[in-house]
This record gives sequence, structure tokens and C-alpha cells, in this order.
Amino acid sequence: MTRFAIPIAIFVALLALLGIGLKLDPREVPSPLIGKPAPHFELPELHQAARTFSERDMLGKVWVLNVWASWCVSCREEHPVLLDLAASGAVPVYGLNYKDRREDGLAWLKGMGDPYKISIFDFDGRVGIDYGVYGVPETYVIDKSGIIRYKRIGPLTPEIVKEKLLPLVRELDRA
Amino acid sequence: MIPELGQLALALGLALALAQGLLGLIGAARGENVWMAATRPAARGQFVFVAIAFACLTTSFIHNDFTVAYVATNSNSALPLQYRVAGVWGGHEGSMLLWVLMLSVWTCGVTLFSRHLPQEMAARVLGVMGLVSAGFLLFILFTSNPFVRIFPAPADGRDLNPLLQDPGMVMHPPMLYMGYVGFSIAFAFAVAALLSGRLDAAWARWSRPWTTAAWSFLTVGIALGSGWAYYELGWGGWWFWDPVENASFMPWLTGTALIHSLAVTEKRGAFRSWTVLLAILAFALSLLGTFLVRSGVLTSVHAFATDPTRGIFILALLALVIGGSLLLYVWRAPKIGLGGGFEPLSRESFLLANNVIFAAAAGSVLLGTLYPLALDASGLGKISVGPPYFETVFVPLMAPALFLMGVGPLARWKKASLPDLASRLRWALAAAVLAALALPFAMGRWGVMVALGVLLAAWVAASGFVQLYEKVRNAASGVSAWTRLQAVPRATYGMLLAHFGVAVFVVGVTLVKGYESEKDVRMEPGDTVELGGYTFRFDGVRDVKGPNYVAGRAQIPVTRDGKPVAMLYPEKRIYRVQNQPMTEAAIDTGFTRDLYVSLGDAVSDTAWVIRVHHKPFIDWIWGGCLLMALGGVLAASDRRYRLAARRPREEYAVAAAR
Repeated sequence: MTRFAIPIAIFVALLALLGIGLKLDPREVPSPLIGKPAPHFELPELHQAARTFSERDMLGKVWVLNVWASWCVSCREEHPVLLDLAASGAVPVYGLNYKDRREDGLAWLKGMGDPYKISIFDFDGRVGIDYGVYGVPETYVIDKSGIIRYKRIGPLTPEIVKEKLLPLVRELDRA
Repeated sequence: MIPELGQLALALGLALALAQGLLGLIGAARGENVWMAATRPAARGQFVFVAIAFACLTTSFIHNDFTVAYVATNSNSALPLQYRVAGVWGGHEGSMLLWVLMLSVWTCGVTLFSRHLPQEMAARVLGVMGLVSAGFLLFILFTSNPFVRIFPAPADGRDLNPLLQDPGMVMHPPMLYMGYVGFSIAFAFAVAALLSGRLDAAWARWSRPWTTAAWSFLTVGIALGSGWAYYELGWGGWWFWDPVENASFMPWLTGTALIHSLAVTEKRGAFRSWTVLLAILAFALSLLGTFLVRSGVLTSVHAFATDPTRGIFILALLALVIGGSLLLYVWRAPKIGLGGGFEPLSRESFLLANNVIFAAAAGSVLLGTLYPLALDASGLGKISVGPPYFETVFVPLMAPALFLMGVGPLARWKKASLPDLASRLRWALAAAVLAALALPFAMGRWGVMVALGVLLAAWVAASGFVQLYEKVRNAASGVSAWTRLQAVPRATYGMLLAHFGVAVFVVGVTLVKGYESEKDVRMEPGDTVELGGYTFRFDGVRDVKGPNYVAGRAQIPVTRDGKPVAMLYPEKRIYRVQNQPMTEAAIDTGFTRDLYVSLGDAVSDTAWVIRVHHKPFIDWIWGGCLLMALGGVLAASDRRYRLAARRPREEYAVAAAR
């Protein structure tokens, strides 16, 4: 009698696995940089090409680095969320304009609004490679010692900001 | 108006499918003749309405009705007519509608060819198919409606994926679905048998032709997919163990076990539990495949646009259909009983080993396909499982199966004698060993794996000839050889042809893997490259325009020993609407080899990267599959199934009462 029940037992286990699988994203590759120092860069700013910006300028502060581009469709989705975040003053937001043309990036910010304290210009995407960017938009939370604490792959949503990002920022501010 | 009519037709089809299902199953359980009799018209009505819905969608495509969202995402006004029609099943929603259409076609077929079945069994079979159909129609209407309108309508559509704009790709889904859906009939027969408690040789004889036909279609569908990947993707590969490929392969493996198990159940009444379970599993794997490619659970080049709601719905459908039938199996299978006994060495035991091997093969493919998901779900990381695993596990399982293919058909039922088999097969073995030793040398160099593959293929082919020879020789004397050959049942020819097809397939795979070669070179116009004894010259690239694309077309004359062999024109196309680049490889097809040239990228104003392949015997792979499918068709059309159809029903009732 019991051996006839083996197929259904296996099937139930399979169902459970597939059910869990529906909540996972097989394309998402978790970042190996969490807990590691943010890779060093020195890039020109988007608005003022003569000035440069480096992650070292931000040591001692908790900050958010958002990777965006004028050609990126999902970035439009998350832009209002970033504007709100910047307006709230909870954490400074810096932008990395990734593989874009300067004029396009500037025009995009002009039209959509500029939440970034400073936007840096990564024309050939090398800094993006260092940071493991593979799906724009991506957002990093970096702490006072320059260690990456969180990476969001994909557009930011109000829920993620409220439930993950802001609590983390508060925790890092206290440290 | 037409899309709305289509949607209405689907809703009516759903109502009729539910009626078919409930009337059939409840009617059979309660012995209500009127209800049972009503299932046939209900099934035919369902077919009519689903066909109307499909026709409405096709009309929307042909007339470029971009107010329908599905048409807008899968078609374009510049798309040639045949691809506008094929676009109907180019995306998720339309392909589900095709699935349901196929199901209603097969159901209609069952209503036409089941006159000889006892009414109760026919009602149950149609009932189960009705419920499955209803499940899919609900899925379509609630989560995957192809008739949803979009407002404002776009000026033009997003075009059919260029990869799908191809004749092979047009036929691949319909053939595949004919296979998947055909297994639902075997499934329905199995469930009907479990419900009625009657599972005997007669049941197997009814199931067999349907199952074999479904298996043949699935074989063709998979072969088309593989052949398409070969000539379309530009790398010269033909099987990647991609999750979606595996999703079609698992039902095929299980289906192969099933058709062999059905043979035993029909001839000897044995393996009943195996056969019922295999029938449930074959369809279960078809449904699982549908789930895997549409739910976003696995990454694959094939995956349709994904949506968690759809995933949940199909998962629920899976749980109901398969869970329900497996529970039924737990409840009823113990009462099925055993059939005729047999010795450890007999045709039955060989076929049992065959069942086990193919079940294990399907299981190993399933494990490899789901392993990344299992690891991710338990938080152990993300990996991918590919050819290294599958080839290591699958190939060794097939070797004993190939050996059995030679011995099994010659073994006697119930009790076989080893010395007898050995003496009948000694020449086949000798021929196989000779081929294994000689052929690799003829190809250029000897290797163990190649020799093994040739050995097994030649063994299967040679033992097939022995079988045929014995049939001719053992007939009564005074009868001509031709008459004797005609007396051999069609099903036997089907088996011989299908097994021979397997041998051809194995030869193709072995020789291609053993002796293929390729070269990646940068070429200026006038340069030549040598491969496999052939000389390829690059004559430069010209710009050409297609109906909905622009392309760079290279001209590559091929010669051998100075004599012209072929003129090849590989292309690099850009389809205008989606701005998607595509490589169109140029292939010179031959009986003993393919010459395959694909265009890479331009590395300077005049120089291009060209990849040339020499693929010996690669067309034997798909030729073998075609022979297998033809063998299946031959077997399914054997006279005894049609004669049995004319046998009066009372005969069955008497047999059951015994």
C-alpha cells in the first residue's frame, strides 16, 4: 500500500518547491559586495565637468548612491520615489549617470527633476563594472566607513524605502 | 467586434467543457445513460466554440487589429502573412489558446473513434478531458486573455520576435502541443480505468494508438525545436539541456516508457500499475513543463513573459489535476492487481528494465532542471546546471536501453532462453563489433566513445534486421517472401522502423560529437579557410533588404579539391521594428555532412569574423527522429485497432464479468 503513495509524496514536495520558487527571482544575482568597501572611483560631475567626486568625499556620512540613465525605462518609475526620499532629508542621495551622454543626462534631470546632491558621470561604465551593476536602476546604501551595506537591483518602491532603506540608514546613522 | 465574439466563444466553450466534464464523470458514477450520452455533443460543441475563438484571434492578426493588446505585442503591419498567422501562437496568451484548441481537437477525435468503447468508459475519458479543458479555459479567461483590448491603439505593432519568423518555428509549437495534449488522452484513459476499477488488456488496446500517435507528434515537435535551434541560433549547437527543452524531453522519456509498458499490458495484462502511473506522469510532466516556462520560476532563453498570478494559477491547476489523479492512484491502484507472471529472463523483464531506465532518465533530467531552484529556495546560493551534468547522467542510462532494444523484441514472452537469444543474435553482435572497429577509422580516428556509440547503434540496426529476417524465414513454406512480408503486422513494421530511427539518431549524435570541427577566423575579401577537406572563400558582404529587415549578406563559395560544392550566403539581419540583430547561418546540407557558415561581426571596413563548421552526419539526428515518428504512426494505424473498433461492445462486458 505504501509504495503507491510514493508518487504523491514526491509530488507534494515538488509543489512546495515550485510554490517557493514563484516568489524567487532566478535572474537576480545577489551582490558579493555587501559588507565590503565601496570600490574607489574619481569621476567628473555631470553638471560641472571640471569638478570631480570620489566616494572618499563621503567618509563619515551615510549616503545613498543611485545608478540611473536617460535611456533606462524603469528609472522613470522610481524617480518620484527618489525625489521624495531626497526631499525628506533623511539621507543624501547621489546619482551615478551610467553609460549615458552628458546632454541626455542633463536634459533628463531637467525634465524629471533632480533629487541628487551631485550626479557623477560614468561614460564608459567602468565604475559600474566595479560596483557590479548589471541592471539599471540600482541603488546602494553606503555607511560612514565607506562599506556597502545594501544593494537594491531594480527600481526603488515606496515600500522598499520605508521598510528596508530608511531603517537601515537610521541604524547606520546611530553607529 | 470580432475579439469580443472570440471572448464570448471562449466563455461558451468553458461552459460546455464543464458540462462535458461533470456529465461524463458524475453520469458514469451514477449510471445515468442520458448524461453519459450527452458528453459527446458537449465535447463537439466545445470544439466548435474554441475553434471560433481561435479563428477570431487569427482574423485579428491577419487584419492587423492593433486595438487587441496581444496582436499589438506580437505582430506588425510589415510582417509577412504567414508569420502574422504564426504570431497567433507566438506569445503566451495565444499559445495557451492553441493548447486548448488542440485539446478540443483531440477530444473531438475521441468522440469520433470511441464508438466501440463501453459507454461508461467513454464518458469517463471525455469527462476527464472536459475538466482539464475547463481548467485551461478558466486559466485563459482569468489570467491570459488574448482578446484584451488596448486603448489608445498603437499605430503599429511591436512585431513578432524575429527568432520566431521562420517556418520551423511556425510548426514547432503546434507539433509539440499535439504531443502534450495527446498524452492527456492516455491520462484520461488511466484515470477512467482507476475510477471504474477495470484495467485490463482491452483498456490497453484502446489507449495504445492514441498514446503512440501523441508520442509521434511530440518526437516531431522536439526534433523541429532542435533543428530550428541549429540553423537559427548560429552556433551550430542542437541541444542545450535548457530548462524548456528538458520540459519537453521529460514527457517524451516518460511517454516512451508508457508506449512500451502499454504493449505488455495489452499482450500479457501485466505492468498495469506501471502503465497507469506512467500515463499519469507523462501528462503531469507535460503540465509541469507548461508551468515551468510560463511562471518565471526558471531562467531560460525560451521563457514566455512571466507573471506570478499565472504561475499561481497553473500551480493550482497542476495540484488539482496531478494531485487528484495521484491520490486516486493511491486509493485504487492496490486493487488493480497483477497480471500474468513471468520469469526473470523474459520479454516482460526486459521491458520492465526498459521502464525503469526511462523513468530514471526522466527523473535525472527533472532533478537537473529543478536543482538550481531547489538550491535557491533553500538559500544555498545560485548555480546553473548544464550539459556537464546531463551528459554525465543521461548517456550512461541510455546505453543499457539501447542494448535491450536489440534483445527485447527477440525474447519470448514469459520465459526467454539466453542460449537461444545468443545464437539468434550472434551475427548481429558480430556486425556491430565490426562496425564499431571499422567506422571510426573510416571517419579519421578511432575513439572509445565513438566506437561505443557506433557499437550500440549498429547493434540495434542489426538486430532489427534479424527480427525481420526471422519473420520471413519462419513463415509457412510454400509462401513467397513477399507474401510473408505483407503478413507481418503493421505494428511490427512500426516498431522496426522506430528502433531503426533510434539507431540512425545515435549514429548522428556519435559521429557529430566525435568528429565535428569548427574554425573562427577573421577574413578579408578573397581570403580562404580550410576545414574538413573543404575550402571556404570569403567574397565580401553586400547590403540587402527583406520585407521587415535589412541585412548584410556575405557570399562564400565552397570547393573541395578544386571542384565547386556550394555557394553559401550567411546573413546578419536587423529587424527594423524591434531593432534586434539576428544571425542567419548558411548551411549546405548533405547526407553525410553539413557545412555551416555564420557571419560574425565586422572588424573593419572590409574584414569580418566568419565561423565555419564541418558537421558530419548531423542530419541523421533529425532523420532518425523522423523515422521514429513515422514508426509510431505506422504502429498506431495497425489494423487490429481498427478491427477491434468494429468488435461489438458486449465482448468487453463478458470479459470484464469473468
